[in-house]
Amino acid sequence: MAETVETVQLLSADGVLHTEGRVAEFLPLIERLSESTLQRFYRDMVVIRRFDTEAANLQRQGQLGLWVPSMGQEAAQVGSAHAARDQDHLFPAYREHAVAMVRGVDVLSIIQLLRGTTHGGWNPKDSKNFHLYTLVIASQTLHATGYALGITLDNAYATGQPETDEAVMVYLGDGAMSQGDLNEALVFSASYQTPQVFFVQNNHWAISVPVSVQSRVPLYQRAAGFGIPGIQIDGNDVLASFAVTRENLDAARDGGGPRFIEALTYRIGAHTSSDDPTKYRTDAELQSWVARDPISRYETWLRSRGESPTFFSAVAEEAEDFAADIRARTHEIPNPSVDKMFDHVYSEHHAALAAQKEWLLSYEASMGAGS
Amino acid sequence: MTEVSSFLATGSVTGNTADSAGSAAMNFAGPAPAPTGTVLMPMAKAINAGLRQAMMDNAKVILMGEDIGPLGGVFRVTEGLQAEFGARRVLDTPLAESGIIGSAIGLAMRGYRSVCEIQFDGFIFPGFDQITSQLAKMTNRHEGQVQMPVVIRVPYGGHIGAVEHHQESPEAYFAHTPGLRLVSPSTPNDAYWMIQEAIASNDPVMFFEPKSRYWHKGDVDLSGSAAPLHASRVIRSGTDVTVLGHGAMITVLLQAAELAEAEGTSVEVIDLRSLSPIDYAPIVASVQKTGRLVVASEAPGFVSVSSEIAATVTEKAFYYLEAPVIRVTGFDAPFPPAKLETLYLPDADRILEAVDRAMAF
Ligand SMILES: Cc1ncc(C[n+]2csc(CCOP(=O)(O)OP(=O)(O)O)c2C)c(N)n1
Ligand SMILES: [Mg+2]
Repeated sequence: MAETVETVQLLSADGVLHTEGRVAEFLPLIERLSESTLQRFYRDMVVIRRFDTEAANLQRQGQLGLWVPSMGQEAAQVGSAHAARDQDHLFPAYREHAVAMVRGVDVLSIIQLLRGTTHGGWNPKDSKNFHLYTLVIASQTLHATGYALGITLDNAYATGQPETDEAVMVYLGDGAMSQGDLNEALVFSASYQTPQVFFVQNNHWAISVPVSVQSRVPLYQRAAGFGIPGIQIDGNDVLASFAVTRENLDAARDGGGPRFIEALTYRIGAHTSSDDPTKYRTDAELQSWVARDPISRYETWLRSRGESPTFFSAVAEEAEDFAADIRARTHEIPNPSVDKMFDHVYSEHHAALAAQKEWLLSYEASMGAGS
Repeated sequence: MTEVSSFLATGSVTGNTADSAGSAAMNFAGPAPAPTGTVLMPMAKAINAGLRQAMMDNAKVILMGEDIGPLGGVFRVTEGLQAEFGARRVLDTPLAESGIIGSAIGLAMRGYRSVCEIQFDGFIFPGFDQITSQLAKMTNRHEGQVQMPVVIRVPYGGHIGAVEHHQESPEAYFAHTPGLRLVSPSTPNDAYWMIQEAIASNDPVMFFEPKSRYWHKGDVDLSGSAAPLHASRVIRSGTDVTVLGHGAMITVLLQAAELAEAEGTSVEVIDLRSLSPIDYAPIVASVQKTGRLVVASEAPGFVSVSSEIAATVTEKAFYYLEAPVIRVTGFDAPFPPAKLETLYLPDADRILEAVDRAMAF
């Protein structure tokens, strides 16, 4: 689905800040940002892109079973992640590496997940409530809705205190729009008026299937049918992503009910390292999106307002160091112990499973003894 | 939007505001007056009483389901509970099973203990993915850092002459899934205690309620104590052959045991109570004594809980067996139209036929 007349864009593809028309309502949110926050947006986008490239390399070198690239979607993720407040709960799909980093996840955990040493990798409680990746498309939309329902039962929102009132944001893709779970989540959240934002990264493809197969109307218009306000943004504009998400999350936390944001973006890389996008999309399409790159437009804007060249070189250096650190630590990831297979299937004792673990350990030991 | 406004109008949950994501075992409105004595009541009422007690004991216990509010559920198991606890603790949900289970998962992450009612056995499948891929795996995915105290109540089984999808026994699908616990009471007393234990469990528990037994009365010992949730139990002793089952099958097995006794065969009856995990110790001990085992269930026999028990007992008690373990189950056909259900469901005669076959070896 292409842009519509309603698409909110603050920063044009060539890096010029709009000041007229609809964007006026969002500009104050940007004007309030400190210089260091504006720098942070840039830094996060650059670092996570470098991380993404590094992880793809590690996959090619056989260090990872699979890689899931996020390149091209940095603005949608970094802007929305910074719009969330510390107390908010964020439920990702599996491509939200930048959101993970912003919330304080050591992104080596994502490497571990795709290397095959864990199904999880971090504790949401230690990661500013950034929940685990969920691979079954749209399942997490219901977990987010249930969590948000819990917030309403606890009356932990709509007290007029944005610094403590809680809200939830759930990330999903354009393909997830077709799943029953997403539609049930929209129904539940509308019925119970939960404080939550549905944040769709419409990267235009669900593996090889274009968004036009998922929907004949722009995705954000679907929300209206559920009684949920929907809005479409230029997802490659980090300022729009931040401002629109901040406004909608705060409206939800203030008791305004659920909100729906469609961020138009593009998956520059393959779906995963196992995918070959040349089989289903044209180079012309790809190039049209490269021209709308989220980082270069933001860099242009920062330079136009006088950001120093040393800032940009410092960020580039930090990104290199970050990648080097990831590379080094990836080589040191230990294999998991057998405990991981058995010990947390149940949280209470399970004799049959304990016996199976014991059997496996003694079987392995006997094999070791025989060789 | 009456549904929304009634939900919101109910105000806050007493005791909830102070405690957000934390403790699961928070007292609600002071310690509940412990009911005492033995009361004769039907199973539906016993489950209702157990739910009520659990809700009084812990303010984090909430009920979710279709038509469970003013109506009290299509089987009236939740009757009166919304009036007593309010619409914020007894939630009439939108009509979507995946939504119910998926929301219960998110609520568990927030510290709530949801009891989800599935209206009928055959309608659990829209929630199958959330149960098997999410609920069952969530604690494992989190390496123990998140617990999933969610109970799924499933009225199951035949004998009520209902239309398609209303008489099924889908236990095996869930017993096959690591991470879930499955139990099924056969008496009002067990129903009263087991529902409370299921709610107290920090693992997801599927609670299979034999709907044909809902209206049958039995003594409930309110001042008694709970037997371990996952213990199987010898409920009638005998020496020649062991028969076992769960839920509504127990009534059939006891009938068969009476009839067999009249014919001179001594039948020991075991109530499984727990389908996952299975408590094999009483079963193996019984088979060591009788040398014969008949496993009965309403579900189709192919790849079933019954087959699992037959295989395991064969492994554990091979040298004691005088006869192969025999299964008496529903047929490997969809549950038939109501006028055929008595042919599909194992009755006392089919149990006796199997007992005779076992005795003939
Ligand atoms: C229920 C389910 N069906 C199929 C898949 C396989 N699959 C993984 S990603 C994907 C495409 C998802 O597209 P979208 O929601 O747009 O997210 P994106 O990958 O573009 O970020 C598919 C079909 C899955 N993970 N879950
Ligand atoms: Mg997509």
